[in-house]
Amino acid sequence: MVGLLAAETAEGAEHAAAAANWFVQNAWLIPLLPFVSGALILFFGARTPGKGPVYGILAVFASFVLSLGVLWSFVQGGGEYERSIEWFTIGPLHLEAGILVDGLTAVMVVVVTFVSLMVHIYSLGYMRGDVRYTWFYVVLSLFTGAMLLVVVSNNVIQLLVGWEIMGVCSYLLIGHWYEERENSNAAIKAFITTRIGDVPMMFGFFALIAATGFTTTNIGETTEAIAAGGVSTLFVTAAALLLFGGTIGKSAQFPLHVWLPDAMAGPTPVSALIHAATMVAAGVYLVGRLFEVFVVAGEDVLFVVSVIAAITMLGAAILAIAQDDIKRVLAYSTLSQLAYMVAGLSLGEEGFTAGFFHLFTHAFFKALLFLGAGAVIHAVHSNDMSDMGGLRKKMPITFWTMLIGSLALAGIVPFAGFWSKDELLVVANDTGTTWLFWMFLVTAFVTAYYTARMVLLTFFGDFRGHGEPHEAPASMTGPLVLLAAATIGVGFLGAPQLGAVFGDWVYFGHPHEAHFVSWIAAISTLGAVLGIAGGWALYRERRDPDPMQQALGPIWTVLIHRYYIDDLYMAAIVRPIRDRVSAGVNWVNQNVIDGIVNGAASLTRGLSHVVAWIDRNVIDGAANAAGGVTGTTGGLLKYLQSGNVQWYAVVLFVGVIALTIVFTRVA
Amino acid sequence: MIRLPLVLIFSSLLFSAGVYGVLARRNAIMVLMAIELMLNAVNVNLIGFAAQLKDVGGQVFALFVIAVAAAEVGIGLAIVILLFRNRESINVDEVSLLKW
Repeated sequence: MVGLLAAETAEGAEHAAAAANWFVQNAWLIPLLPFVSGALILFFGARTPGKGPVYGILAVFASFVLSLGVLWSFVQGGGEYERSIEWFTIGPLHLEAGILVDGLTAVMVVVVTFVSLMVHIYSLGYMRGDVRYTWFYVVLSLFTGAMLLVVVSNNVIQLLVGWEIMGVCSYLLIGHWYEERENSNAAIKAFITTRIGDVPMMFGFFALIAATGFTTTNIGETTEAIAAGGVSTLFVTAAALLLFGGTIGKSAQFPLHVWLPDAMAGPTPVSALIHAATMVAAGVYLVGRLFEVFVVAGEDVLFVVSVIAAITMLGAAILAIAQDDIKRVLAYSTLSQLAYMVAGLSLGEEGFTAGFFHLFTHAFFKALLFLGAGAVIHAVHSNDMSDMGGLRKKMPITFWTMLIGSLALAGIVPFAGFWSKDELLVVANDTGTTWLFWMFLVTAFVTAYYTARMVLLTFFGDFRGHGEPHEAPASMTGPLVLLAAATIGVGFLGAPQLGAVFGDWVYFGHPHEAHFVSWIAAISTLGAVLGIAGGWALYRERRDPDPMQQALGPIWTVLIHRYYIDDLYMAAIVRPIRDRVSAGVNWVNQNVIDGIVNGAASLTRGLSHVVAWIDRNVIDGAANAAGGVTGTTGGLLKYLQSGNVQWYAVVLFVGVIALTIVFTRVA
Repeated sequence: MIRLPLVLIFSSLLFSAGVYGVLARRNAIMVLMAIELMLNAVNVNLIGFAAQLKDVGGQVFALFVIAVAAAEVGIGLAIVILLFRNRESINVDEVSLLKW
């Protein structure tokens, strides 16, 4: 990355020259800083006062400041900027490392760094005294860096690298408390399920590269090659669907949504960061970044996308009404809201801005809700809402901030969620996608209902748990207040009455003009209010068992079992693979592999015996024989050394005489 | 002037007597004396040739040999005295410690 300073190829120069400020040109610093802090915490964290979080917080804060600088460029009307260096070349394929900064990137880096900063600070309180406190911050930093890498990448390979690092970090964080079997299973489930989506996505990337004749991996160039029309429609359709596989996995859309609710096994700050605000948003971001492919692929692909989104949207929202675990309510809510974004994108060019605006607002209020839920869990030591209730007075800051988040989720004016949902409804109406319009509306009603249920069960009525819950420490309430402020504020960036500046930053094709339609706003508010009223009527006072359980009867059982989808996967996929395939592999392992290993060992043993025999008899024999001969000879010769001086003299004289005779003869 | 062959014959006889003494005598003192005989036989030889060849180098050599012989006898007698103190004997046959 540092090499970016040295050499650059100015691609997209017509955009770049004009208005890219220093922050945009050096956007590569934004992902780099958290990676560096991750390494610092890993190597020096445990020896630093405070056990290491200081590096992570400073790095993410610095990244956040840089991100604001990047966004400022777009506030001032700056354009897209791309910059890269040659990484390596395989045959005709040139791989590069680089950054691509446009309005979408600017908004995403601000969201990611802000939420990550809040989560970093919040975890100071939430994770205090944890067994792997330092390690937690290592992975948190690494994760933030990876997400930022995905967001600033200008080519699919770099994007894939960041994407996979995120997958690993998600696995590590979900399984943070791996001592409990349930948590490690959830981590494995999340990793494998997202991987099932990643494989098609990779093939989608290959398809994009293939479309350029295997010459480049650059996002702009590959999408241009697709748009230029030199590729068959079938190919583009296949590529788009394969890429959408990645989104289904990462953004937890039906039918790969099963991992996200289980991922709640991780620490709550992780749920807030990964499973609400950033990682799951990466799937939506992927569609947005490669939107050209989806547009070229045409109506059919977008229809498939919208159907999957619609199923997830309503299905997950309905599941949320039957959950007792507060984090699971929020998890299903996340699924549902992510589907809103995907559905928005499926409306094509018009829906692009609306979808991402919802991603933007949702990141803030969902992180707020998760962190608030974390504060509650921290206080009552239970995830179940049946152990909560009446916390309104005991935890006032948590209550008020969560109320703001909940109203935003329910879509009540003037909180953030209202503006983004309204925009989605307007676009659905404008494009004439009536069925999706009604899906949005019904889901909004259900969302308001389960949100009201969650707030009422948690904060109203009588306290049903044990012990004496207290308000969370300042390190936890501080981020809650900041996020609540953001939740109130960010909605106005897309409010049509205030010019909807968001549409000038994030758009596809031409800048998006948001407009306000009174009857749609009225009907969506009506839906939300009805939902809240329904929740109020049923859950104002806690009744056991749940009033909806009696009303729904067997349907409730289906909801508790999550439509039996998890059970189906378990019975149809996991068990056969685990039991049969594993047994087969085990057999091969026991018989073939072990056989080879044992055979090799026996052979080695046999050969060793031969070698040992040769060693003992031949080599040792030679060595001993040399010694023996020398010893015997010496033993015989020693008798010459009689000690009698005169005998020596005799020998000497005889020798002299003998030599004299010899030399005289020779001479 | 004595003729050279006579000198050489004399010195050979003297040397042979010395050799006999070294090889045959058991008394260490006698052995030392026999060595002196051999050295002096050499001296006679040197002087004889010096006179014959009119070269004074042979005489110088003889003087050296006498000096060295004196030193050698000094050491030899010292060894014999020590030998006698330890062994009560100066019979060389009995002094065969330096062997295997």
